[in-house]
Amino acid sequence: MLTYTIRRLLIAIPTLLFISLIIFLILDLAPSDPTASLPLTIPPEVRAEIRASLGLDEPVHIRFGLWLYQFFVNEPINLIEQWTGASFGEESRPRVVSWQTRSPVVDLIAQRMPQTLWVVGTSYVVGILIAVPIGVISAYRQYSWFDQLGTFISMLGFSVPTFFTGVLFIVIFSVQLGWFPSVYDTTHVVTDFASFWVQIKQIIMPVMVLGLFNASQISRFMRASMLDNLNQDYVRTARAKGLSEQVVVLVHVLRNSMIPVVTVIALGVPQVFGGAIITEQVFKVNGLGHLLIGAIQGGDIPTVQTLTFIFAFLIVLFNLIADVLYGILDPRIRYD
Amino acid sequence: MLDGATPSVLDVKGLKTVFKTRRGEVHAVNDVSFHLKAGELLGVVGESGSGKSVTMMSLIGLLPSPPAEVRNGTVMFEDQDLLTATDEQLRAVRGARIGFVFQDPMTSLNPVFNVGFQLMEPLRKHMGMNKSAARKRAVELLELVGIPDAARRLKDYPHQFSGGMRQRVMIAIALACDPKVLIADEPTTALDVTIQAQILELMKDLRDKLGMAVVWITHDLGVIAGIADRVLVMYGGQVVEHAPVRELFKNPQHPYTHALLQTVPNVRGKREARLEVIEGQPPILGAPPSSCPFRPRCARAIARCEVENPLREPVSQGHDVACFHPVSATEAQNA
Ligand SMILES: Nc1ncnc2c1ncn2[C@@H]1O[C@H](COP(=O)(O)OP(=O)(O)OP(=O)(O)O)[C@@H](O)[C@H]1O
Ligand SMILES: [Mg+2]
Repeated sequence: MLTYTIRRLLIAIPTLLFISLIIFLILDLAPSDPTASLPLTIPPEVRAEIRASLGLDEPVHIRFGLWLYQFFVNEPINLIEQWTGASFGEESRPRVVSWQTRSPVVDLIAQRMPQTLWVVGTSYVVGILIAVPIGVISAYRQYSWFDQLGTFISMLGFSVPTFFTGVLFIVIFSVQLGWFPSVYDTTHVVTDFASFWVQIKQIIMPVMVLGLFNASQISRFMRASMLDNLNQDYVRTARAKGLSEQVVVLVHVLRNSMIPVVTVIALGVPQVFGGAIITEQVFKVNGLGHLLIGAIQGGDIPTVQTLTFIFAFLIVLFNLIADVLYGILDPRIRYD
Repeated sequence: MLDGATPSVLDVKGLKTVFKTRRGEVHAVNDVSFHLKAGELLGVVGESGSGKSVTMMSLIGLLPSPPAEVRNGTVMFEDQDLLTATDEQLRAVRGARIGFVFQDPMTSLNPVFNVGFQLMEPLRKHMGMNKSAARKRAVELLELVGIPDAARRLKDYPHQFSGGMRQRVMIAIALACDPKVLIADEPTTALDVTIQAQILELMKDLRDKLGMAVVWITHDLGVIAGIADRVLVMYGGQVVEHAPVRELFKNPQHPYTHALLQTVPNVRGKREARLEVIEGQPPILGAPPSSCPFRPRCARAIARCEVENPLREPVSQGHDVACFHPVSATEAQNA
């Protein structure tokens, strides 16, 4: 397993380099101009100078090489310096800098990451916690009213996009009922119970919107996987041993059913970040999704490039995690 | 070897099991009665679909309901009617006092738990053993069923065992709590012939050692001849003939039994030009039978077979048959 993991990690390096090249080329082909949103009174020569100051007059391969060097060499060294307090070589290494804000992209990401992780992470966990029991019960009581209701709600949750449910939730719970705020305040600090309650109230809607979507998908997988296993011969064996239904279902069947579901959950993590982009817009959570949209609109290529690359990295990483988990959960799988 | 005075450990009367399917009812078991005495081996034979498995699974409530419904009958086991027992009572019987071995050892074990866990489960549940006692017993059991290096193999998963070894593990699980009755549903069908022979030897051995009663379901009359004390012949969800094993082979009464015996290739004596087959298909009954279910395939059918379902009538000591026009002794020998 360990050698397999190491081999996969090594293969991931050229994969990720190739992905970053593709992203770079696509962004380069896109007709975006970082000066487009500047006032029209700025004369063209000045615009050209601004572009040159951003490094845009260099040929593509130089720019890509610079980004690679800054992101993969300079930024890690900076991080290590920060953590250890040691300093290596020259004082100022050029960093990947946002064209919009002129601040290093990595710092921007570090600022925005916690909000996204809070909202997205909570909603994913909530989604899983809702989905697994629903899937188990729906399968065990197939075609019962519970199962029918579960099917209906998850079809709804799965097919209605989050930008619709998000706005719908805001209209109902913020505008009509006034229960929850419609905007997520990222500067809010939890210090005592009262402020914790405020945090709960503001996080509940984005978490519900994303959680409903995730739960719909995962509960369907859980149900299908349980149904597959409930008809297996080993279940009959477990019953013939006189085990209680609880043990039969929650130990024997669930343990088998979780194998594909865990894989789906792991593979779904990067997609959740993608889905969060929209939810963050709706609820004004200034997380990574918000940052990405802003950067795209401003033609801020370094930020877009770096964020997109991080999403790609997450996808590659969680693919690996899914495979490793599969190997751990299923004793029949041996990678080495 | 067993006289009539030995009490029955299992006494089944008038068992009826119906499946409710979308296309109507399937009467899979129709008025089946039989008994099992302590220490004896009862063979159950019949074609595929004759209701052997459904009968045995009905006894201990192993059929999923819906679609299965046990409509009628009593199953007396140790002064308790299993058909009216609560789920809790049934669970105390299953795996503890009645062990079950299934047909396909490849799929009957849970792939994600090691063999030790699966073997120790009934021990801990029914015998209240702690982990170390259960492990000790599990090693003994694996040794009993002839798995070498038992202590180390407890940690292995089912896929690390061959088919024959898995069936041995299944047998060990069924025997874990010293059951009074072991029901083996075609335990050797999925195995190749040499492994079959080994499992048969093992079962004979274990029965002599442990003295439990065994119900052995099979297609294979050769197996029955080798190990059974008495035989039930099933057809269309009914018992059509029941006799001690020697009597059945010497003097088959039901045309179906007769035909079954003819389908067994004879190793000694002259070789038939080609193997006999029983023409036609076994029935799937949409309603309780009102005529003899074997009638469409029966060469000896008479008018009465069309209008009435024959009941089991004794023909000699311990031998009964459900047929209006049974094969007589002389005919059987001439055939
Ligand atoms: N779940 C079910 N739904 C409907 N009918 C069923 C179901 N299970 C079994 N049956 C029917 O019950 C009848 C008896 O089946 P059973 O499995 O007992 O046969 P069998 O004698 O054990 O055959 P085999 O030798 O192939 O194991 C068959 O006609 C089958 O169609
Ligand atoms: Mg069967």
